[in-house]
Amino acid sequence: MKWKTEDGGWNPYIAGALLGILAILSVLATTKFMSKTSYLGASTTFVRAAGILEQTIAEDHVASNEYYTKTKVLVDWQFMLVIGIVLGAFISSIMDKSFRLEAVPPIWKERFGTSIGKRAIGAIAGGIIAMVGARLADGCPSGHGLSGMMQLSTSSFVALVMFFGVGVLVARIVYGRRVS
Amino acid sequence: MNTGQWLGLVTGILFGFLLQKGRVLRFEKQIGAMLFKDMTILKFMLSSILVGMAGILLLSNFDIITLSHKPMNLGAILIGGGLFGAGWAIMGFCPGTSLGALGEGRWHAVFAIAGMVAGAALYAELYPFFKSTVLAWKDFGKIGLQDALGVSLWVIIPVFWAGTISLFFWFEKKGL
Repeated sequence: MKWKTEDGGWNPYIAGALLGILAILSVLATTKFMSKTSYLGASTTFVRAAGILEQTIAEDHVASNEYYTKTKVLVDWQFMLVIGIVLGAFISSIMDKSFRLEAVPPIWKERFGTSIGKRAIGAIAGGIIAMVGARLADGCPSGHGLSGMMQLSTSSFVALVMFFGVGVLVARIVYGRRVS
Repeated sequence: MNTGQWLGLVTGILFGFLLQKGRVLRFEKQIGAMLFKDMTILKFMLSSILVGMAGILLLSNFDIITLSHKPMNLGAILIGGGLFGAGWAIMGFCPGTSLGALGEGRWHAVFAIAGMVAGAALYAELYPFFKSTVLAWKDFGKIGLQDALGVSLWVIIPVFWAGTISLFFWFEKKGL
């Protein structure tokens, strides 16, 4: 087993195991310092970010919206966690010189060409669909995929099968023709 | 910033660091897994689950922490999970990795992030509709796999470990 991958990253089994340790420490730390156990997750923060942005143009609308009220529009532990992900990835990529400014990713380029506009439309449309789905399912690959699976939640097993199952089907349709 | 916010920030920095080192943030890694060409994200995710599961379930067994299962609301999990899978394949990022991808310079992730913020706002508007339909269909509640299967946790964990490690050997044999 190699310690490093060809592109200079860490062995994914080892990096993943370290994330497992971080997840355990995080659960302990939130229980101790915030007196409520919190689990790694990301998608709820998108609701709070949407609420914060909407408040600047329609404050009353956000205040009267049931879902925003239920989710509570504020900058909490998970919101800062999500901001931390940007910083952590930046620090790591600068340290091992893997930081790259990229406008269009490789597999997308092979299938749809170098147009930034096309990539933007795909990413925005995909993002809207994915986030409606994540909120309906009450989690994403962090909340369900990592945290839910670690707790052996029934819902997370089903959610992860759906995430990957439908992902595989749609990826075949979208990228299948040219990528073989 | 309060204690919770600081704790979140520090945890997030470590989380993002490990995601980047594991090379799982990239579009080609996520789509690569869906096309069965590169299983890096599965190796990474499943390894973290194996380790995290052992620790978290032990800690909860001794009442040091509390579990927080997400509800097994059947229609919502099936439809929501399916929609997420479709969007994920088109966008090439999940919510957490989109932010990390931005951090490592893959700036096209801003489109994905903008789409997801718009999707969250849309969901907030659609919530009353979902609440009276999909979310009201069948909710089995916040249950663990041991409740659904009627088998002890301490049987499920070793089986899950054995199955996952066999899968890892298969990935390596196939060079995925």
